[in-house]
Amino acid sequence: MTSTIAMTTGILLVLIGLFAILTQKDLIRIIVGFSIFDIGVHVIMISIGYISDATAPIIENLSQLGQSYVDPVPQALVLTAIVIGLGISAFMLTFAVFMFKKRGSLDINSFRDLKW
Amino acid sequence: MEIFLIIFAVLTVASALIAVATTKKAVSILAAGVMGLFASIVFIFLAAPDVAMTEAAIGSGLTTFIFFFALNRVKSDRAQGGADD
Amino acid sequence: MIKKALAVLLLAQLCTILFSFLSVYQEPTSLNAVSSHYIHNEPKELGAANAVTAVVVTYRGLDTLGEVTILFAASVVVGLLMFLHKNESAPRRDGSELLKTGASLLFPLILLFGAYVFINGHLSPGGGFQGGAIIASALMLTILANPNRHVGHGFFWAIESISGFVFVLLGIAGLVLAGGFLDSRVLPPGTFGHVASAGLIPVIYIFVGLKVGAELSSVVLSLHGKSEGGVQHHD
Repeated sequence: MTSTIAMTTGILLVLIGLFAILTQKDLIRIIVGFSIFDIGVHVIMISIGYISDATAPIIENLSQLGQSYVDPVPQALVLTAIVIGLGISAFMLTFAVFMFKKRGSLDINSFRDLKW
Repeated sequence: MEIFLIIFAVLTVASALIAVATTKKAVSILAAGVMGLFASIVFIFLAAPDVAMTEAAIGSGLTTFIFFFALNRVKSDRAQGGADD
Repeated sequence: MIKKALAVLLLAQLCTILFSFLSVYQEPTSLNAVSSHYIHNEPKELGAANAVTAVVVTYRGLDTLGEVTILFAASVVVGLLMFLHKNESAPRRDGSELLKTGASLLFPLILLFGAYVFINGHLSPGGGFQGGAIIASALMLTILANPNRHVGHGFFWAIESISGFVFVLLGIAGLVLAGGFLDSRVLPPGTFGHVASAGLIPVIYIFVGLKVGAELSSVVLSLHGKSEGGVQHHD
């Protein structure tokens, strides 16, 4: 049940983020949509690793190993993915600022060089 | 227990909707940051404290400020008159 | 308008697919084989209390190396592009007296907290990425308080390259003295639950924390830009 609720949240965030990416005209708003999409994917990945009634994978003493823990592998992957997401966001924002300095606008309708 | 998870999930989705629907760019960026904070609480319900810490520090703290720095650069250029829009 | 309708149509289809996957999803009640191996053998093999840290640093250590490399590339490109287009705006308004005093008071404490988070990464939630982000946010606080102060990139590049070099050297030490690249069993595992335990894991995580902190600080610095007035160059 817990993971179903969280997964629904993640799917809704992915859909909202994709909607923003597809329909917004402003570059910075598109990047905001990307970061919403990113967090949605992280929520889905973590909820796939959730086990019913399990605790966080931190072992307090060696005699407790029979207890059930959630899956540590998706957590480790999401840990790195969040940091990479920040790097990608910074990279895209730099390109947005760069485009603004070249063209004087952030509207994607004013970038028509590749349109034929 | 699950009722709290539902509350925070609804808050997360609501702030994402605000971030997409609002007309002001600054409000959109702030709402995305608030969404990261609520998402980190959802991570705690999923028994992932490591991810929750990272999301709170990076996803909602640093990302928001990086967006504002970029927005500030664009705005200061526009105010300078270097750009014609 | 037709574009928006197409986007909504596409998202409706995607929504149907994703929710049909969700409707047949069953929450698992036990771990799969790999994760169960990690959880049950890791305390005896490596001695780290936090299983996520053991997976990040040792079992999937190569992932972490690739990840800090990607972050390095991103910070280099951000720095380069921002250097090519310097911001020549007027000096920014200084922070208030309250913000300045508070920032100088809190700066060492936040640094200490960041160091605490990544030194205890193998015992409690936390580790190099979180600690690095906390260190970068300490730097960001001082930038917000004194926006006109010049902060050089050289210091951060030095820390970044030294810790990256040491990270790879520790990985090679694992290759020579233990089972493989980034194997943490070079040092003895020690007592379970103490700070000086789990072999090389805390040492590697300290360098990951320094590297991530330096990279994030340099990204923040480049995007903030310096407002020195200086030469105007337009192309």
